[in-house]
Amino acid sequence: MTVPLAGPAARPTLGELYRGFFHAGARGFGGVLPWARRMLVDERRWLTAAEFTDLFSLCNFLPGPNTVNMSIVVGARFHGVPGALTALAGILTLPLVAVLSLALLYDRFGHLPGIDALLRGVGAAAGGLVLATGVKMAETLPRTARAMAFLVLAFVAIGLLRWPLVPVLLTLAPLSVLAAWLRRA
Amino acid sequence: MSPLVAIALRFTVLSLIAVGGVTTIIPEVHRIAVEVHHWVTDEEFTQMFVIARAAPGPNMLLVALIGWQVGGLPGALVATAAMCLPSCTLTYLVARAWQRFRGARWRAAVEAGLAPITIGLVLATGWLVARGAQAGWTAYAVTAASAVLALATRINPIWLLGAAGVLGLLGLV
Repeated sequence: MTVPLAGPAARPTLGELYRGFFHAGARGFGGVLPWARRMLVDERRWLTAAEFTDLFSLCNFLPGPNTVNMSIVVGARFHGVPGALTALAGILTLPLVAVLSLALLYDRFGHLPGIDALLRGVGAAAGGLVLATGVKMAETLPRTARAMAFLVLAFVAIGLLRWPLVPVLLTLAPLSVLAAWLRRA
Repeated sequence: MSPLVAIALRFTVLSLIAVGGVTTIIPEVHRIAVEVHHWVTDEEFTQMFVIARAAPGPNMLLVALIGWQVGGLPGALVATAAMCLPSCTLTYLVARAWQRFRGARWRAAVEAGLAPITIGLVLATGWLVARGAQAGWTAYAVTAASAVLALATRINPIWLLGAAGVLGLLGLV
């Protein structure tokens, strides 16, 4: 049996899975994804770069937070259901504690006028950052009338008209997939 | 219906339709929490979004904060579990079959079809978060400036958020 040069390191134990994902979650300011990749591919070498890309496109395609899905897939790959639950617990522990601590602080100090003003300023900028992310993602789309039409329809129905998401998705998604399918035929 | 049950049911459904990540369902979380159930106000929603972004970890923790507001610690845990477990179970099941679908034509069509909708929903999220923070034209200017700087430069977003917070503290937003 040959061992590939850049192949993954030895199969992690449950404890190692927990610690690896705990660290990825703990460092994930502004998104866990870059940290998860660094941990999985560069540091612990549980996955090759190609395996990571493949699994990430799976996690993107499925519902739910990408990186949470990633922890499930990687945990399951090494240890089945116990591995998936261990990795999930690892990636969520610290963020959950942190966000609830912030909420406690906010409950206690949120009535101070300064905090309100501060959060209003940060909120305005945060909205701008999300818009920028959307624009960056849109740059990866093919420049087709089909893609632009479905993008605009989704934005108008959900952002402006405030229609419920489930019926909108159940209408738009099949139409959009069908349009993409016919285009490739 | 008790609020905890409502949270569990609502977020379980959302968990299964959050294709492309949680940012895409934030407009729906907003509609449910602000407009349908009045769990939080428009302004509180934006503040919670900011708090969830300020903490490390997935943005999904916004739902933990909404659960917290509705039912304290049990509310936060129910909301998080409802948001995680259905999609995680699905992921676990699909991951085992995934290799077979690589290169399949239907998979490419699904990806090409869902991408523009996902992006439309991300933009709707940015719009709603910005709108919840608006007190006047200066706030719109901050939103526009941070969007342009994030697009045109490689500046770390932390600095943009920090600068906007300082402007807010000074009463300028």
